[in-house]
Amino acid sequence: MNTPLAIVLIAMLGGAIRVSTPFMFVAVGECLTEKSGRINLGLEGTLVLGAMVAYAGSYRTGSPWLGVLLAGLAGSCLGAMHGVICKLPRVNDVAVGIAMMLFGTGVAFFFGKPYIQPTAPRLVSIPLGAWSDNADLGSALNVNPLFFVGVLAALALGWALRNTRWGLIVRTVGDSAAAARAIGISVDLVRFLTTTAGGFLAGIGGAFLSLSYPGSWNQGLSSGQGLMAVALVIFARWSPERCVLAALLFGGAGAIGPALQSIGVTQGYYFFNAAPYILTLGIMVATSSAKRSARDIPGELAMAK
Amino acid sequence: MSLAEPPIAKAPTIPQRAPSLETIGMTKVFGSLVALDDVSIKVAAGSFHALLGENGAGKSTLVKCVMGFHLPDRGALRLDDEEIEVKNPRDAQARGVGMVYQHFTLVPSLTAAENLVVSRADAPAVIDWRREKKALEAFLERMPFRVPLNRPVSSLAAGEKQKLEILKLLYLNQRFLILDEPTSVLTPSEADEILGLLKAMAHRGEITVAMITHKFREVEAFCDEVSVLRRGKKVGGGKVGALSTRDMARMMIGDAAIRQSAARVKAPKSGRALEIAGLTVANDEGRDAVAGFDLQVRAGEIVGVAGVSGNGQSQLVEALSGQRPIKTGQILVHDQNFEPTRDNFDRFKVFGLPEEPLKNAAVPIMSVAENMAFRSFDKPPIASLGWWLNPAPMRAKSRELIKRYNVKTPSTETPIRDLSGGNVQRAVLARELSGDVDVLIVANPCFGLDFASVADIRAQIIDQRNRGAGVLLVSEDLDEILELSDRIAVMSGGKIAYVTDAAGADRTTIGRRMAGH
Repeated sequence: MNTPLAIVLIAMLGGAIRVSTPFMFVAVGECLTEKSGRINLGLEGTLVLGAMVAYAGSYRTGSPWLGVLLAGLAGSCLGAMHGVICKLPRVNDVAVGIAMMLFGTGVAFFFGKPYIQPTAPRLVSIPLGAWSDNADLGSALNVNPLFFVGVLAALALGWALRNTRWGLIVRTVGDSAAAARAIGISVDLVRFLTTTAGGFLAGIGGAFLSLSYPGSWNQGLSSGQGLMAVALVIFARWSPERCVLAALLFGGAGAIGPALQSIGVTQGYYFFNAAPYILTLGIMVATSSAKRSARDIPGELAMAK
Repeated sequence: MSLAEPPIAKAPTIPQRAPSLETIGMTKVFGSLVALDDVSIKVAAGSFHALLGENGAGKSTLVKCVMGFHLPDRGALRLDDEEIEVKNPRDAQARGVGMVYQHFTLVPSLTAAENLVVSRADAPAVIDWRREKKALEAFLERMPFRVPLNRPVSSLAAGEKQKLEILKLLYLNQRFLILDEPTSVLTPSEADEILGLLKAMAHRGEITVAMITHKFREVEAFCDEVSVLRRGKKVGGGKVGALSTRDMARMMIGDAAIRQSAARVKAPKSGRALEIAGLTVANDEGRDAVAGFDLQVRAGEIVGVAGVSGNGQSQLVEALSGQRPIKTGQILVHDQNFEPTRDNFDRFKVFGLPEEPLKNAAVPIMSVAENMAFRSFDKPPIASLGWWLNPAPMRAKSRELIKRYNVKTPSTETPIRDLSGGNVQRAVLARELSGDVDVLIVANPCFGLDFASVADIRAQIIDQRNRGAGVLLVSEDLDEILELSDRIAVMSGGKIAYVTDAAGADRTTIGRRMAGH
């Protein structure tokens, strides 16, 4: 169990679970928003603000779970803002998204200054690897509870899109606004709600960044993960379940660099750190040709037109 | 919280039989345009009523007022002799008045079953698909036609979609059906089937139907009564048997002068103008939309390609215009290999009028003069040294074309998107026909145009034929094909299924071939 290969694989497994969690939340939230025919590119800002609010909330109240909830609410606020602004005439959701991204990070940096130093209570991981006497496996399987929340959220969303009236309404709005209006659905209201709910999930993704071990709040916390997650939705072809798989794959690839370093391979460290991006690019080119993804894309998305 | 707009307080009960509907003095004004002027029409219970009129005559405005999309400025609506108020489409639906729109209102990625369930106002929050499917099957048992329930709507054929639209209204227990040009996407036999079944249902007293159309044939074969609108006014109507086609046509177009079709004369040139051999072209999804297409067009001949929309016609025209890559096959112009590039269009004298010219043959925000110069801006007199453009000759040329082709535009500098559909069509045609034409490729040239423009554009096409051009006319309007063509080809499943001389062509045979039999 201590061969270099095993160590690397175990490290990648741990990395996949750890790194994938924020991707998963943002991607599932964005998936819901895009299913209703709107793109929210501002989720990077939501992620950063969520991280800040969660950390501050946990520090102030002493309860990390309250911090998670506050992060979700902060994310909902940003999502709701996006939803309201996009209701105005002649407003482009992509442009608003970029503005919201800058707004979210700006607000987080502004209010987050006092929380860089102090230490807040973090979320306690679930030691799923306690049965093993392998220390590496044990730490790799120290899974943050938010990971399971994210998987459950994805499965629940996938089920709801198929089997509930709300799910059908969201898909109707996303595929044909004219059809939705013809049966008396308020398109703007549905999109407002899905953007708000998407923001809630992205905010929780931010909470994971600052409240999972060995989390802290600083300004370089996200480094574009919110944007990558939006790309993951396209990669997952607008299916919440596939979003989870895509996030895991992406997380596993992201762990290659640190894993190799842990067995002493330091050459090409930066190259391996770029692995997720190269991998995504490669898989995108190989599998999701424009023709294939065109079949699953919600018809109302700006990029589908 | 409900995702739907607030429903009306208490849903009135929908009667279980066909209702009558009457508009009284319906008037609607948009700005300076009187779209609807004091229109009173009565549709008797259990009848099949036709609303006849040209584009812009006010038919759509009238039914939109009935459906609650527009609030009429004056006028009233009576359902079963009781005055009702309809403020939005939900009010109309709650009263059992439903409409099939010209553009499909089905959600493409949802299955037929999902489409039906989501359209229901009382759909349960969590859907028990086993129960719903059973209920849907039971409902379909009682219906005159059926559709596959479990496939996404996007994979259904146009005829199946149209059936599903009508089934949706019946599923929602709508007893007054308004159909907006329901047969434009159907084969003649599909159209006859659906209209025949609706007529039978109406005569059994189950539904009342009002249909917007401009096809006299359908009015005469299926409708009981007709009302004719022109420029927002009701100009006539009555029992279908009592009016001749000529009477109806005169009511529709009024006294507007219609250009006579140029007589066909023997063309000065002969030989093969255009030959398409084994052409295969993929659609956006990568499937072969055009699959082994063979056709020849002689000089001085119009070959009409008939077919139901979606059998590869768009992809064929796009490939011939250089808008879509050709997978295999060859295009020959006067027996020489022809690659659809700008230089070759110029050299081989190939010209085209694609469908939706504002999208496919013009840049909407550029001026009329610039759009008219697309084929000549890099040549003298507009260009000198091959790159310096001189706007003065461009404008002069454009003024001349505007006058010769009767394009109605405020000036040469108006963005072309501000022109009406007929005038965009004329402007593009002016550009394409101003030179010497060897091959002309035309697709749905008269879609959505009024009578006068239609006659004008068809005359231009005949004129080019008489001067020796080989014309390939791709159209979804079978009447247009029958009127213009020397030879008729039927396109089905991406290839030519049938070719016949226009003289002695049989409508039923063509219709059967269009349907793929």
